[in-house]
Amino acid sequence: MSSNHKRLSMGGRIDREQPVEFTFDGRSLIGYRGDTLASALLANGVTLVGRSFKYHRPRGIFSAGPEEPNALVTLATAGRRQPNLPATTLELQDGLVAESQNRWPSLTFDVQSVNGLLAPFLSAGFYYKTFMGPTRRAWMFYEHFIRKAAGLGRAGTDPDSDRYDISHAFADVAIIGGGPAGLSAARAAAAAGARVALIEQDFLLGGQLLAEPSDSAAAKWLRQAEAELESSETVTLMKRTTAFGSYDGNVIGLVGQRDPANPRPAGEVLQTFTMLRARSIVFATGAIERPMIFSNNDRPGVMLASAARTYLNRFAVLPGKKIVVATGNDSAWRAAFDLAGAGAEVTVADLRAAPSTALAAEAGRLGVVVRAATRIVDLNGGHAVRRATLNEADGQSEATCDLVCVSGGWSPTVHLTSHLGVKPQYRDDIGGFVPGAFPADRFGAGSMMGIFSTADVIEDGHRAGTEAASFCGKSAPVPAPSKLDLGETATAPFREIPSLGRGKAFVDFQMDVTTGDIELAYREGYESVEHLKRYTTLGMGTDQGKTSNFAALASMAALRNATIPETGATTFRPPYTPVAIGALAGRAIGHHFKPIRRTPMHDWHMANGAEMLEVGLWMRPYFYRQSGLDVNEAYVAEMRSVRQAAGLMDISTLGKIDVQGPDAAIFLDRIYANGFAKLPVGRARYGVMLRDDGIVLDDGTTTRLGENRFFMTTSTAKAADVLSRLEFLLDTAWPDLRVAVTSVSDEWAAMSVAGPKSRAILNAAFPALDVSDAALAHMGLLESEWQGRALRILRLSYSGERAYEIYVGATAGEQLWSRLLEAGRPLDLKPYGVEALGALRVEKGHVAGPEIDGRTTLDDLGLGRLAGKRSGFVGDVLRRRPAFQAPDRQRLVGLECIEEGKRLRGGAILFLPGEKPYGHGRGRVTSVTFSPERGHHVGLALLSGDVASEGSEVVAVYPMKAETVRARIVSPVFLDPQGERLHG
Amino acid sequence: MARYSAFSIFRNALSGQKNWQRAWRAAEPNPSYDVIVIGGGGHGLATAFYLAENHGIRNVAVLEKGYVGGGNVGRNTTVIRSNYLLDGNTQFYEFSMKLWENMSRALNFNVMFSQRGQLVTAHSADQLDGFSHRANIMRLNGIDADILDRDAVRRLVPYLDFSDTARFPIHGAIFQGRAGTARHDAVAWGYARAADGHGVDIIQNCEVTGFLRDGNRIVGVETTKGRIGAGKVGLAVAGHTSVLGAKAGLELPIESHVLQAFVTEPLKPLVDHVVAYGADHFYVSQSDKGGLVFGGNLDGYNSYAQRGNLGVVCEVAEAASALMPCISRIRLLRHWGGVMDMTPDASPIICPTPIEGLYLNGGWCYGGFKATPASGWCFAHTIATGKPHPLIAAYGLDRFRTGHTLDEAGAGPSAWLQ
Amino acid sequence: MLPIECPCCGPRDHDEFRYGGDASVTRPAHDDPDPEAWYRYVFIRANPAGLHREFWQHVIGCRQWLVVERDTRNHAIASVELARKSPHSKSLARKSPA
Repeated sequence: MSSNHKRLSMGGRIDREQPVEFTFDGRSLIGYRGDTLASALLANGVTLVGRSFKYHRPRGIFSAGPEEPNALVTLATAGRRQPNLPATTLELQDGLVAESQNRWPSLTFDVQSVNGLLAPFLSAGFYYKTFMGPTRRAWMFYEHFIRKAAGLGRAGTDPDSDRYDISHAFADVAIIGGGPAGLSAARAAAAAGARVALIEQDFLLGGQLLAEPSDSAAAKWLRQAEAELESSETVTLMKRTTAFGSYDGNVIGLVGQRDPANPRPAGEVLQTFTMLRARSIVFATGAIERPMIFSNNDRPGVMLASAARTYLNRFAVLPGKKIVVATGNDSAWRAAFDLAGAGAEVTVADLRAAPSTALAAEAGRLGVVVRAATRIVDLNGGHAVRRATLNEADGQSEATCDLVCVSGGWSPTVHLTSHLGVKPQYRDDIGGFVPGAFPADRFGAGSMMGIFSTADVIEDGHRAGTEAASFCGKSAPVPAPSKLDLGETATAPFREIPSLGRGKAFVDFQMDVTTGDIELAYREGYESVEHLKRYTTLGMGTDQGKTSNFAALASMAALRNATIPETGATTFRPPYTPVAIGALAGRAIGHHFKPIRRTPMHDWHMANGAEMLEVGLWMRPYFYRQSGLDVNEAYVAEMRSVRQAAGLMDISTLGKIDVQGPDAAIFLDRIYANGFAKLPVGRARYGVMLRDDGIVLDDGTTTRLGENRFFMTTSTAKAADVLSRLEFLLDTAWPDLRVAVTSVSDEWAAMSVAGPKSRAILNAAFPALDVSDAALAHMGLLESEWQGRALRILRLSYSGERAYEIYVGATAGEQLWSRLLEAGRPLDLKPYGVEALGALRVEKGHVAGPEIDGRTTLDDLGLGRLAGKRSGFVGDVLRRRPAFQAPDRQRLVGLECIEEGKRLRGGAILFLPGEKPYGHGRGRVTSVTFSPERGHHVGLALLSGDVASEGSEVVAVYPMKAETVRARIVSPVFLDPQGERLHG
Repeated sequence: MARYSAFSIFRNALSGQKNWQRAWRAAEPNPSYDVIVIGGGGHGLATAFYLAENHGIRNVAVLEKGYVGGGNVGRNTTVIRSNYLLDGNTQFYEFSMKLWENMSRALNFNVMFSQRGQLVTAHSADQLDGFSHRANIMRLNGIDADILDRDAVRRLVPYLDFSDTARFPIHGAIFQGRAGTARHDAVAWGYARAADGHGVDIIQNCEVTGFLRDGNRIVGVETTKGRIGAGKVGLAVAGHTSVLGAKAGLELPIESHVLQAFVTEPLKPLVDHVVAYGADHFYVSQSDKGGLVFGGNLDGYNSYAQRGNLGVVCEVAEAASALMPCISRIRLLRHWGGVMDMTPDASPIICPTPIEGLYLNGGWCYGGFKATPASGWCFAHTIATGKPHPLIAAYGLDRFRTGHTLDEAGAGPSAWLQ
Repeated sequence: MLPIECPCCGPRDHDEFRYGGDASVTRPAHDDPDPEAWYRYVFIRANPAGLHREFWQHVIGCRQWLVVERDTRNHAIASVELARKSPHSKSLARKSPA
């Protein structure tokens, strides 16, 4: 057949000058700019578009909007696979490649349609009742096949090559929905002086007005409103933008699509996710037409009446020539009239005994056959409808047809208002749910409030827009619009009472839930609405049951012989329509997932062979590559150079906090377990902080720069937490203390020179400074300047060697680093990384992250002596709790491997010799290193105090490598217990 | 109670599905019961079932303020694992795993327990060492565990980000093959049906509004369906433990926080395991229906609203895309929030209380689903005997006073940081 | 996003803030040796379904700790003030030895 043979020669809102090529299941087709994929398929006579989820029944195009349950396709344009997209919302674009889903080998011949024959056995929830044997793991066998059969489309596993942006928008009044209510609200709010954002999911404004003939009064009103809003400077029109969720703080989540007419260069943004913050919100989200429930009501060729009208008037597609319109309300008659006017043969089957005389008269004028008190009960036809069975008062008859338009009433779209907890309330007069009471800053307008005549909707939109603007203090006088005469009859309230107990009558088309399934759920006691949904999977599809929820609720109410409010209401969850996860992530993906923190010496590390390591957000040198050495050899080489000559380490990542004020010393006395009040000016001290519950929080050094000024360092990992904690105590607990704390972490580059030759290197690097032991004793401070920047040298050691921490203004960091290396070259100064740093501290018995693991106390770590008999510091009282005093409490010990050719590993579990290795053991190895000094592996461990006597043996068990190693308990200080090397 | 089987499906298909019975009776309350369990979620229903099954106590009512399974049992991401580190947790969760392995048959209700394996990625040698410590403990307690290197992870889950641009490159993973998922609603329904089969009354739409006391002893409850007497009362209302605890006069170390859960559109099989991101908060599995089910971190402030914040939605989407770049194009279908009882050590509280006859089961944080059978089993024992079951000995209320806390993450007593 | 009206910086999204938990608990004086007082302060929470006084710190801003009154049922914020100016803090200051 010829292309676009169902397209009318005139009318519609498509541009016949702009043909658009696309393919569907490999077939090349032509549509026009202004088409959706669905309208273009219909224009080309394609009515079979997909297969259903469970029974693989043939399905066509049911709606003309985001409520579409049936016509889901996979877009496979330019190698990108995007499954499960409703053809009804896909704006047609050149080169679009769409495939039908859930069929094999082809759409017309689908092997799994045999499921339809098995339907009696595949009732709702059948899988809960079987697949339980013969073995305990039997389910794994059945599941394999069920998983393959389930699912809709197939997603690609290649990384998403598309880009997404995130933006933020602000408005006085946000208006969700660009139909008559939203347009009217926008005009009113803008006229009142408010900044307005109008959100419309479609690529055209107008909503249901787009279903009106283009020469109608309604269409004229739309053109006026659109022109006015487009020229307004205070109105932002956001078309192709879906408000998918309503969130706390009057935030609306929006996803915007690009205009496909603008060609998209590779790598350009596909979608933009916008967080819109508004002072008030008007929900003008409209209403969604409901299906009629009867046997085989899912056949291709069954369509919502409003959708048929939309395809006709908006897209100039006549979707059928012989049409049955099945309904019980007036709105569907408008579709009947327009379709008849376009030349179709139309029969209206209305449930009501006496439709209004005005409708009957118009029907007579247009030659529409009217059959009152008539219910459609069955359909005949496989891939397309052929015949409808109609029940009338005087018996049953059949009507030949190629399209069945249905209207089971209208459901106000209350999804977004429900997201924030406005409970939907049932209104019997309209047979639907409307939002309950709104908070003061939110408003509803139009058919989502149960107002259905277009003129009333426009009036209501005006009211809501005015009120929403007024809430924001924008209340310039706005003249009331004159009431429009659009020549339409009011929509009679209608609620379909589904007929139950017949053939396969679908309630949820996408999830293949039938009236029989609902009956079964009722029979088995799954009668609360939530049970019904979960048991039958009703409403769980990509359409979230937009067309099915109400019918299901009404069916259950009928079965329970209860009212609808007694039966319940469904909870709607965001998003309103599915949202690509990539859009929500925006640019924070891949390398940019989290910010990267680099030290001032980063570039030097990169240029000089450092293997970098992610430490939180920081990048730190792990070790420096040396030819032929792996990490284990490299770090040992770096350790050796520290112990034998000197090493240079980038410690800029340490947290640095400036503590100032007359009460600074008192403050430090309270936050550290050890005392600082008596620390002399110019001296540094190691300190440990506890949490309120007595567990160690962090350790570091604090130096007294002056009587009222201290310089605190924290661990890299805890820098932010410690600062916040200090601020918390000052702001909330001790506001009387005159102390200010400020992070200076990024102001200073920091590096440590460690090793016996470190003083000589300092001498060479800073010839003007006196770094003699007399001038700069252990734990001493030297303040100066270097190249015009502040310089602090602290004589502190982490490795156990004579060592100096050098702090310089951050911008001079790399320069000083290079200067030190240059000065140290003759003395064999080598840079070292965090692996060697960790190994050096293990040898020296210093605790770090693996020991300060959020579960250990001062005493556990062998640091109890720091607190001595002090009290009144944070965590002091709860650290005395009984559990922490138990004799078997695990305490820090040193271990050395005593088996030739074996090694210790962190994470090994400790048992006593001869003990069965089962359970949690007596403790664990926390940190290990190969000790060049000792010539074997040494480690730190936490071991039950009642068995931790130095000199005795334990067995370190490491099941993951099937290793068992004997070790001797020793002092955790493996090197230089007298501390002589500090002065060496 | 008619047994479910392939044969029963066949027989009922032939009779037009007309002969199925209610899964559980629509019970109305009797004047009194030996035991009242408050909360018709997974834990409450399991408790009632095991009271009858293990202890012969059948004069039991489960009171549910809404519908059975409407709380966290029907809102979680259904992950089941037994990879706990600390003495007290390890054995409890492994006992639970063993009950899961036999649950469908024990209940005659297919809960679709799918032991597809769970892996958590590691992003540094140190992190992998930490995982090895955990795996060692698991193995030493008779639990399966494996450590995978980068190549092994890549063979198992090739769709994760193994590219050069990964912000936190994958170094390896810890894997538990027996871990997996289950159909969460089926767990509630299966326990409800099995408990009902033992004569337990399951009373829906019955909210407890107060407790009846005789001195320091609980003798019943006030409900929206009137007063009901009880010999003993078990509280299993995670998420709302503080609210009901306050009515009973209990002071608790619990805060309520929202955890969000997410599901995508249904897809053909893509994710065959449970995969968790070791560098951030994200974990994902694929339901049998085809949706990717995933979650992230707490919203981070006290809340009883069952809804989440958009900012956290974005954070989870970022982490998802960072670990699994192909997820970016897949569309989010629904997201929702559940209210968690967060405790100061992220471990649960199951114990007798200072009030005679009142037993507490709560504080499940976000680990409650996997614990459902063991929690019910041990809580039933505790109620029946008045003494804590040995497997829950560590879960007493007293531990915060004594310092015997079970803080797996070492995150400290700020509940929202756990 | 919860908009928190920071007294220094104006209305800002809550993700600029660090949560600090229940502000209705009373922190014992720094030298209070009573374990029961510390136990209650650290662990016991009223956890109301309703108005909740809680600490937030504007970390990406003025870094002030604030006391926010917020309804835990719907997240609506009733009041925001500087922790240093809250009545809770003043009573502490009075108790504290100068």
